[in-house]
Amino acid sequence: MSVHEHLPAHPSDPRLSGIIKLAILAVGGQGGGVLTGWIEDLARQNGYVAQATSVAGVAQRTGATVYYVEMAPAGGGTPVFSLMPAQGDVDIMIAAEMMEAGRSIQRGFVTPDRTVLIASTHRALAVSEKMVPGDGIASSDEVMAAAEIAARRFIAADFDTLAIRNGSVISASLFGALAGSGALPFPREAFEAAIRSGGKGVEGSLRAFAAAYEVAGTPHAPDAPVAPAKPAAPAARGPARLVQAWTALQARVAALPAPVAEMALSGLRKVVEFQDLAYGAEYLDRLDTVLRADDAARGHALSREAAKYIANAMAYDDVIRVADLKTRARRFDRIRKEMRVKEGNLLQLTEFMHPRAEEIAGMLPAGLGQRVQDSPVWMARLDRWFSKGRRLRTDSLRSYLTLYVLGGMKGWRRRTLRHAQEQAHLARWLDQALHWAGVNYDLGVEVMRCRRLVKGYSDTHARGLSKFDRVLGMVPVLSARPDAADWLRRLREAALQDEEGKALDGAIQTIRSFA
Amino acid sequence: MAERSFKAEVAHLRLGAGQTFTGEGILAITKALLENGVGYVGGYQGAPISHLMDVLADAEELLSELGVRFEANANEAAAAAMLAASVHYPIRGAVTFKGSVGVNVASDALANLASSGVNGGALIIVGEDYGEGSSIMQERSHAFAMKSQFWLLDPRPNLPCITKAVKDGFELSEASNTPVMLMVRIRSCHVTGSFETRDNRRPALTVREALSNPQSDFARVVLPPMSYAHEQDKIHNRWPAAERFIRDNRLNEIFGPAEAPVGLIVQGGMYNSVIRALQRLGMADIYGNSAVPLYVLNVTYPLVSSEFLEFCAGKEQVLVIEEGQPEFIEQQLSTYLYRAQVPVRLRGKDIFPMAGEYTGQVMLDSIGRFLREAAPGLLPAMVRAPNEERPPIPDLSKTVPIRPPGFCTGCPERPIFAAMKLVQKETGKLQISADIGCHLFAALPPFEIGGATMGYGLGPAANAAFDGGGERRPVAVIGDGGFWHNGLSSSFTNMAFNKSDGVAVIVDNYYSAATGGQDIMSSRADNPSKATKNPISKALKGIGINWVREVNRTYDVGRMRDVLREALTTDEPGPKVIVASSECMLNRQRREKPLMAQAIKDGRRVEAPRFGVDEDVCTGDHACIRLSGCPSLSLKKLDDPLRDDPVASIDQSCVGCGNCGEVADAAVLCPSFYRADVVHNPTPSEARRANVRARVIGWLQARRDARRLNFEVPA
Repeated sequence: MSVHEHLPAHPSDPRLSGIIKLAILAVGGQGGGVLTGWIEDLARQNGYVAQATSVAGVAQRTGATVYYVEMAPAGGGTPVFSLMPAQGDVDIMIAAEMMEAGRSIQRGFVTPDRTVLIASTHRALAVSEKMVPGDGIASSDEVMAAAEIAARRFIAADFDTLAIRNGSVISASLFGALAGSGALPFPREAFEAAIRSGGKGVEGSLRAFAAAYEVAGTPHAPDAPVAPAKPAAPAARGPARLVQAWTALQARVAALPAPVAEMALSGLRKVVEFQDLAYGAEYLDRLDTVLRADDAARGHALSREAAKYIANAMAYDDVIRVADLKTRARRFDRIRKEMRVKEGNLLQLTEFMHPRAEEIAGMLPAGLGQRVQDSPVWMARLDRWFSKGRRLRTDSLRSYLTLYVLGGMKGWRRRTLRHAQEQAHLARWLDQALHWAGVNYDLGVEVMRCRRLVKGYSDTHARGLSKFDRVLGMVPVLSARPDAADWLRRLREAALQDEEGKALDGAIQTIRSFA
Repeated sequence: MAERSFKAEVAHLRLGAGQTFTGEGILAITKALLENGVGYVGGYQGAPISHLMDVLADAEELLSELGVRFEANANEAAAAAMLAASVHYPIRGAVTFKGSVGVNVASDALANLASSGVNGGALIIVGEDYGEGSSIMQERSHAFAMKSQFWLLDPRPNLPCITKAVKDGFELSEASNTPVMLMVRIRSCHVTGSFETRDNRRPALTVREALSNPQSDFARVVLPPMSYAHEQDKIHNRWPAAERFIRDNRLNEIFGPAEAPVGLIVQGGMYNSVIRALQRLGMADIYGNSAVPLYVLNVTYPLVSSEFLEFCAGKEQVLVIEEGQPEFIEQQLSTYLYRAQVPVRLRGKDIFPMAGEYTGQVMLDSIGRFLREAAPGLLPAMVRAPNEERPPIPDLSKTVPIRPPGFCTGCPERPIFAAMKLVQKETGKLQISADIGCHLFAALPPFEIGGATMGYGLGPAANAAFDGGGERRPVAVIGDGGFWHNGLSSSFTNMAFNKSDGVAVIVDNYYSAATGGQDIMSSRADNPSKATKNPISKALKGIGINWVREVNRTYDVGRMRDVLREALTTDEPGPKVIVASSECMLNRQRREKPLMAQAIKDGRRVEAPRFGVDEDVCTGDHACIRLSGCPSLSLKKLDDPLRDDPVASIDQSCVGCGNCGEVADAAVLCPSFYRADVVHNPTPSEARRANVRARVIGWLQARRDARRLNFEVPA
């Protein structure tokens, strides 16, 4: 056995021992390994001993990944470095995504006495957030608030967008932020030298590095350079006659109570775009009916919600709307921009359509359509003729024309079965909302909001409708309770939690147990 | 071809005497093998030792110069069996695989090897996958060393110690005629550092030379009565020889003051974490000079009783720092103390948690508690009475979502499971067993397909109880890696022989993809040193499975669904096997991306596909995501007060695999998806035609816009 003899050591304060501890939390595929390599190289080239470790495993397939670096000035012996970060013992924490920043705080790696937290505020959504039928996106604000408390210094910006804008990837911008933070005792040139010696994509990396260096070095203006600009309110263009009529409708909106007017203007635009100005007038008439039953003392909450959901209900998703949206010039421009189509490139567009018998029947005149829909024989026949996946090349004339003609059938729309069905559904829902608002104002508002459950196409749409019906079916059961509105809100939120409606079933059972 | 090329790393393997190697632990081990005159190397890939296999696969030239044979074995059992070459011949051999699963697979060969004993040094390098980031069940390879009696090294996790362990391991193996297992934890494999290299050494006897002069000795064969003699030999000769070697060569280390009331007994692999805890407690400096004596077990099996008792002499309490359970070391050391009637108090799992990783916090808390209880006088005042108050930090446990690994962008396995989810909507939930490999991610949301995994190559075998059939057929999923590893015999022969009525889906992505894209029998790549391009379907035919359907583009969700439906409903007796093939997208992108960029640069015509979502058409229901989970298919919040829920959105990382569109079609979801093919360097006639079309379309658009109100901001 070998015995290493020496004097007993009692360092007074372990924090003064000179080891810098740096951890990186990333999502697999973000280039955490490259960043770690640069940091190691930087330390070694500047008179430090460094050690890095990682736990990659299958986590490189988009899972959460931890990299860890320790360094100490060379000379005096071989330091013993740890192979993993410990709670309360990290000097610099780099989080390559907002929820990973949250995870680093949750795991205790960020502490107010010592940790500089560098975080990218962008989100790489986890599957659990994306698959919720409603809005399952985790709150970045909560993480921001926690970071302000937990970190000694907190540097946050959208380093992902910053990198992409400079033709690089996030590892380069995070390295720039690390340099700009001044948390490591090395000059900017040393960082840049590390990038250069890496040898791959040097120019882009250096640009992203420089941009992030600036952001991190500027105290308390982190998000400014990448915050999206709010679009200016668009004006209506078109034939003078139409613009004049539009201005008249706009004047009606302007006369509404302030909280309602703001929403109503968006709603009005949506229904006019969907159909025409007369439809817009109908929208405002409906809104007036709600307004008459509303209560100014309640801040016109009922009408504000009505302004939103009546518009959504009136601008339902039918074949004509989809065809119109797909053939607009605005859409072609947007796609060219998104796909970065350069001068001299061509753009080919393929649409994935799958019409079903229901859509075809819905396009027929209401009476005929109803008879067809009631006939299983005819529905089967339509299914045979029409129901199959169609790939339409909207950059080709034949397919474009098909959709163009369909999109121009607004004059026909009011006669269709689908329109009749939507109108009837709308009327029923609105009546219910107004009725319950008379009994319990808040309950009425919640009934209005339940329209949110109706969305999607085909099966998804049918499922949405059934959830809508089941939630509203509970209103009579709840109506006598003072907290009826709150329960209805919970039911709606439950309905948006999962596809099959398991959470909704649970919530309904709970209600049945006491009501 | 593996995920990456390791030509750069191969250059490190050529370093000679007096030079310094700087890099990763696993690569340092690879270098140490060559320095120690290894004659043959084999193994089976898997984290964290894949790198060793990949580098050797790329180092063929160097290996042949040295006369070293390298095999990428079919599985861990084959790898371990390869060590048979060291039974009779004085040749050093090393194999590597992942612990503890690889050791499980190899256990038959390892037990026989241990019984026979070895003449040449035999080293089994095990990448112990335990703790954070581990992809397997949490067990210890230690148990295997104990049951078969091969020796276990667990060196301190730095490059000089790890590489020294390779040398020690060979010598210990030869001195005691026993195979030696060198355990390296996942972080040690990936740890970076430096060590001074030596020249590579040709083996004293190469395998080619040995083949010219065959040897055998029936006393080495595991047959009665020789096997009884082997057991006696282990206890009476090999074990004492090993103990002698360990003591004489000081494989275990002692640090710290000679006199102290307490001491720590540390697995070598835990050393750095222990020192960190001591540093934080004010009991060690940054160079590891400790105020508490440490007995560092670089050999964790066998435990040398005399050495241990000497360390305990004069101490009141010792603490065993042993990660994982059962606490084999602690139990063994307790026995030593009891037998020797030594009154030292032995602590261990009474202080440390029985299960789970020894993280920095666990180490700090447990060692701190031990020292406070056993030797409070030793601790600095600051640590004895910490008076630091930390502000409360908001609880984020409900905010931060879990982020398990999942399929990559464009993964060809995603459409298979989307199709399976669609079929289950028709049939109801099916009994589905899974295997090992990327496809196991399907068990997670959004697919939630597959409820059990029994091991590599055992997916269909795990459905054997249901093979008789019933109202609905059982379905098993297995990867191509699993198929060749063990699946052909254990799963498919089993199905065929027992006339199974079940369905098996073989996910063929052209590689052993989960472990880094190594070639296998059915790979479609040209590989100069391996036999590739052997279709799985041919193997199935060979064992008499006749109902075989091949889907050669898994992205065709509709076809995938139809084939699955057919397999579940056909009247054909016997196993129903679907081979679903499409190349691993990670590998394909690595290969094709640079080629495509070059082609665009060279002015050749290239179509670059990407998918998009029309945000006005998307209603924010996310049904598409529940059939996909693709990282590039995400959500965005619209700047529209009328919209409550975020809509689907596809980012730039999209590789245009087509799954979104296919799913939207097959599941009749919605018309939001479109594919945009950007044509780089179009042909002149094509550009002309497109120009005409664009003009007509532009005219139509302008015509309609002129007749209605337009609200959009002009672009």
